[in-house]
Order: sequence, then C-alpha cells, then structure tokens
Amino acid sequence: MEALDGNAIGGLLNEVFGEELTAAHGACGSCGARWQVAELAVYVRAPGTVVRCPSCGSVLMTFVEVRRVWSVDMRGLAELEL
Amino acid sequence: MARAAVRGRLSWQIATVEAVADETPRVRTLVLDVPDWAGHRAGQHLDVRLTAEDGYRAERSYSIGSPPGEPVAITVERLDDGEVSPYLTEELRTGDALELRGPIGGYFVWGPEDGGPLLLVAGGSGVVPLMAMLRHRHAAGIDVPARLLYSSRTLEDVIYRAELDALDAEVVYTLTREQPPGWTGYARRVDAELLAEVAWPAEQDPRVFVCGPTPFVETVAGTLVELGYPPQRVKTERFGATGGR
Repeated sequence: MEALDGNAIGGLLNEVFGEELTAAHGACGSCGARWQVAELAVYVRAPGTVVRCPSCGSVLMTFVEVRRVWSVDMRGLAELEL
Repeated sequence: MARAAVRGRLSWQIATVEAVADETPRVRTLVLDVPDWAGHRAGQHLDVRLTAEDGYRAERSYSIGSPPGEPVAITVERLDDGEVSPYLTEELRTGDALELRGPIGGYFVWGPEDGGPLLLVAGGSGVVPLMAMLRHRHAAGIDVPARLLYSSRTLEDVIYRAELDALDAEVVYTLTREQPPGWTGYARRVDAELLAEVAWPAEQDPRVFVCGPTPFVETVAGTLVELGYPPQRVKTERFGATGGR
C-alpha cells in the first residue's frame, strides 16, 4: 500500500493533542533517526492510522477511533516535541 | 464560546460556499465563507467532513489555493471512485454548507521570511498549495525568484493555466500523456535529466516544495538530493487516491 506523509495527519494530531504538530521534531525508538512529523510515512487505510519511521519502517504511532474516542499508541517513539 | 476553550485546538465548523469555478473538466475551485477562520499560510490545507444520513462520515484533506489574506478557496480534483470529491465537484452549489476544520500544517508552508529562490514542483493537483505560495509571493510583491515545474497528463488537465501564464514566475510544463500539436515543452515524466535542466543549482540554496502523488514526490525529492540539494531544504507533501491532497 502506498504511504502518504505526516502532512496528512495534521488535522488528526491537532484533534488528539490540541496543537499543530506537522513541523514538530521527533526521533525513532528503533533506529534513532530524527525527523519532522510531516516526513513520516503514514498509512491511512489500515484499521486506524499507522505512522512509520521513514528510515527503518518501524511503527512509531497508531491511532484508532472507536465510538468517538481516540486510542493512541506511541510506544515506537523515542521522542516527540509537543 | 465553548469551542474556543482549548487554545490551538481546531474545531469543526460550518462554512458556506460563496462561489464555484471550474478549472478543468475534472477540477473545481470552491470559494468558502468560513465564519471562524484564524487566517492561513501559503501551503496549508483543511479537512472536509461529510456526514451521511445514517451517520457515516468521510473525511478528506484539501489544499488551500488562495493566498493569505484572501477568502479560503480549495481546489478539488474529482476522483471517480471517491467518497468526497464527486460531491464537492459535482453536487455542491453556491450557498450550500460544508463542514471543515483548519487551517492545518506548519511544515509545508512558505512565507516571505523563508526567502528563496523558490523551486516548486507539482504533479497534477499537487499544484494547489504551490499556487497559494506563488499567489502570496505575487500579491505581497516579494522579490524572490520562483520557478514552477508542473507535470500534467495533458494541457487540458493543467489547473490555473491562464493565471500561471500571467504570473511573474517561470513556469515549466511537462505533459506526460498527450501533447497538443506543435508542443515544444517537455513531454515526459519528470526524471533526473529534466530536473537537472530546470532546478536552480544547489549552490543557490533554493527552498523546494514538492507536492503530488506519492511516487511522483519520491522520485522528485530523491533526485533533487542526488543533485546536491540538502534533504531538509526539500519539503514534500504526498497525496494518494484517497487523500484528496
């Protein structure tokens, strides 16, 4: 499946964190690569939204909405500047 | 107002369609009156949400084509199997309501303070956010050299053509599928040789914005880095068959 990028989840991230985050810096918990959110690989057609590291492909974050409640898994991140 | 309670958090709101304009047979611009709009930057987008009678919702992102300070306008390409774009391009009329939130994006944005020269590379409707940058540069009289490389299937598919030809920026077209008789421009997909001919030399420290379908963006960004552009200078925005942008 074709990846989009972190620009595509600007609205979602704003909804979850209450901030504009596409330019935020962060780091991958697996390979240590540093990036800005807009540079991440985003898959929107998975069940939920899956965000992967552009360098090593590790899953950084997943977002699933069930009955208007967001479930967010950020265990793949080493760092995200909120 | 309760909806402004959390600073920085966007709210869904109801906009009204002020005007519609067909850009190409598949592409339409919607000018929107958004009552609670904080103002936008060139390159940003907004999210549109459609709700069916049974409660089913579909959300898509669309780039804003109008420059800062002007009414919000999105330009939408109709995808025949799309859930949202056929409604936006064929059903929606002046005076209709549309639910949206925005502006969104702090990465794929350009303003006078960012300088130049500007290299903008568009694949298809990826030209929309880049057009906001060119319009902003023009309206604000910003003296920064700008060059747009615009890949389109046919001449008929070129969005904003008349305005692009009248702007004080260099516009280089490549038509990948079909060319009109006597066409002297490029007639192939963007490749390394083409980019080497069109792009500013890396030593001029250009600011680069690439927007288009994912494979297009990957090719262009990868090639520019091979040509010596620092990766952090090449900002990218990808859209897919479902993404809208």
